Amino acid sequence: MAKKRLLTAFGTGLALLMAVSGASAAGLSDGVVKVGVMTDMSGAYSDLCGPGSVVAAQMAIDDFGGKVLGKKIELVSVDHQNKADIAANKAREWFDTEKVDVIADLPTSSAALAVMEVANQKNKITLISTGASTKITNDSCIATNVHWTYDTYALAVGTGKAVVANGGDTWFFITADYAFGHSLEGDTAAVVEANGGKVLGKVRAPFPNTDFSSFLLQAQASGAKIIGLANAGADTINSIKQAKEFGITQNQTLAGLLIFITDINSLGLDTAQGMMLTTGFYWDRNDETRAWSKRFRERHKNMPTMGQAGVYSSLMHYFAAVEKAGTDDSAAVMAAMKSMPINDMFAKNGYIRDDGRMVHDMYLVQVKKPSESKGPWDYYNVLRTIPGDEAYMSLDKSTCKLVKK
Amino acid sequence: MMIQIFGIPIQALLGQLLIGLINGSFYAILSLGLAIIFGLLNIINFTHGAQYMLGAFAAWMSLTYLGANYWVGLILAPLAVGAFGILMERFMLRRLYHLDHLYGLLLTFGLALILEGVFRQLYGVSGLSYTIPEIFQGGVNLKFMFLPYYRAWVIVASLSVCFATWYVIERTKLGAYLRAATEKPELLQAFGVNVPLMITLTFGYGVALAGFAGVLAAPIYQVTPVMGSNLIIVVFAVVVIGGMGSILGSIVTGIALGLIEGLTKVFYPEASGLVVFVIMALVLLLRPAGLFGREK
Repeated sequence: MAKKRLLTAFGTGLALLMAVSGASAAGLSDGVVKVGVMTDMSGAYSDLCGPGSVVAAQMAIDDFGGKVLGKKIELVSVDHQNKADIAANKAREWFDTEKVDVIADLPTSSAALAVMEVANQKNKITLISTGASTKITNDSCIATNVHWTYDTYALAVGTGKAVVANGGDTWFFITADYAFGHSLEGDTAAVVEANGGKVLGKVRAPFPNTDFSSFLLQAQASGAKIIGLANAGADTINSIKQAKEFGITQNQTLAGLLIFITDINSLGLDTAQGMMLTTGFYWDRNDETRAWSKRFRERHKNMPTMGQAGVYSSLMHYFAAVEKAGTDDSAAVMAAMKSMPINDMFAKNGYIRDDGRMVHDMYLVQVKKPSESKGPWDYYNVLRTIPGDEAYMSLDKSTCKLVKK
Repeated sequence: MMIQIFGIPIQALLGQLLIGLINGSFYAILSLGLAIIFGLLNIINFTHGAQYMLGAFAAWMSLTYLGANYWVGLILAPLAVGAFGILMERFMLRRLYHLDHLYGLLLTFGLALILEGVFRQLYGVSGLSYTIPEIFQGGVNLKFMFLPYYRAWVIVASLSVCFATWYVIERTKLGAYLRAATEKPELLQAFGVNVPLMITLTFGYGVALAGFAGVLAAPIYQVTPVMGSNLIIVVFAVVVIGGMGSILGSIVTGIALGLIEGLTKVFYPEASGLVVFVIMALVLLLRPAGLFGREK
């Protein structure tokens, strides 16, 4: 009997461990234009979007003067815990009872897609910044969504193409074993092969995973010149760290396929140096990006990631569109957003396509050596500006039903 | 000519087994701490993962704030984490001994969440880097694989600590007292042994083991607030497979499961996150008390 009770206790504990997740925090307010930032406030991605995205949204509201069409702009935020069901429920609640007009950020593709479905039913606007899947502007596209910052295709094109061009023509993938990892691996493998490279093999690592040494040894044994890391967050950080430990980076090069500047910051330049990656924003690119990022850092202890910068940029454009349209009616605002080019610290002559893709330049960067870096957050050399039309999948390949061919 | 086993060159297999041994020694040292605490106090310590995380953070802090090197951290951090454990036992756990297991579980589980939350608030989730100490930089080429010196040190350090702990508990007079305190605490108390103190210190030692593992892990894995919760689920499975409370069982099972997991990563990597739990289910079906456990 005691044994049985003990096992029950054990079972309960394991179930608790597996189900554990951060607490949610919601703000309440009334207003005419109401912005909801739905993001990961405490989970695996909270450093690269999370509270920083809320700060970016607040900055956008303040910079716009706190008012649009003479009415106050209000901000609410919620932790969707990277779970599609929580995200969809919260979105429904926001739209139905809290008069939220627009939802921004939306990391984790599955959660972003779930919210888009709700937004489509309720005819509300979503501005996806940190979510990455190309599905957002293809099979699952809706008329009231803009995919602002980047997607897996742009990352694959940017990094894959550049690495092959630099002689990295044989690849081995270490892939996180879930939808996002598979899609990143697939997109990149296609780009590598289209540019004359060869994929020698791949290994699907369970997600999440801490020890990558076994997979790294397999990558080493493959003899590939390039080890493509089709994973994100802590998985990427641990793979890079351990690749260095096992001396793999002496003969093979790592290509991180989704890396944020906060990842580099936590890895340290000593470990991350030399890596190539693609990003939609880098704070130290020109006076405008530096000025904005400096203001951001005064409010939030880190420099902005591309996702956080994208939240700011997308909301500024949204407010301008509401003003131009003279209403917060979704169709009118979407039309206004599409009619105006995007020119701010994030994008130059950016534009929004019928499939909801915001097309703007991407940047291929290389992580600096410790000796090259002048101080904290001085991490990248920009190798190449990838023109928007080259970075993103062209419309004639699109499977979005809104695209007229 | 290369010898192959199921299409995998034997060299590659040796490399993977060695990696399995390294991971296994982490499992062993963590499950040993849990087993000691469970065997003696009948407490399922769900704070173990958080204490492992505390050990890694303590090492990082002693390096960053005090400028202390790795060796100082290796001694200081387990002491600090152990002291935390002692406070926890004295002021909280002690009040729950007469209640059902579930109460201890809820307390330790809640504490783990609080600790993780506090560190997440302070340091964020992407974590901090602890560089490999100078003396262990680099590695040796074993022909079949490149073995970083630090990983070799991890095997040596954790297996020595495991063996020493086993020896003290199973082969010395102090160990005999400990074992007696598990069976008949009242009788031992009547002989003049301070049983409550012994229990407090044992809990402290079990917790310090988690802290020690945390320091060992800090240079290899990113030091993050969630590093413990990722690992602890597997470690609990190890304890269940080995037989709850069995000292030798937890060590042997820890190493064996590390090896099995290592092989899975070669033959069917997708299942490597799952294999430990499949084994746990099988063991529970066939030998509910665990491989080394005794039915009470």
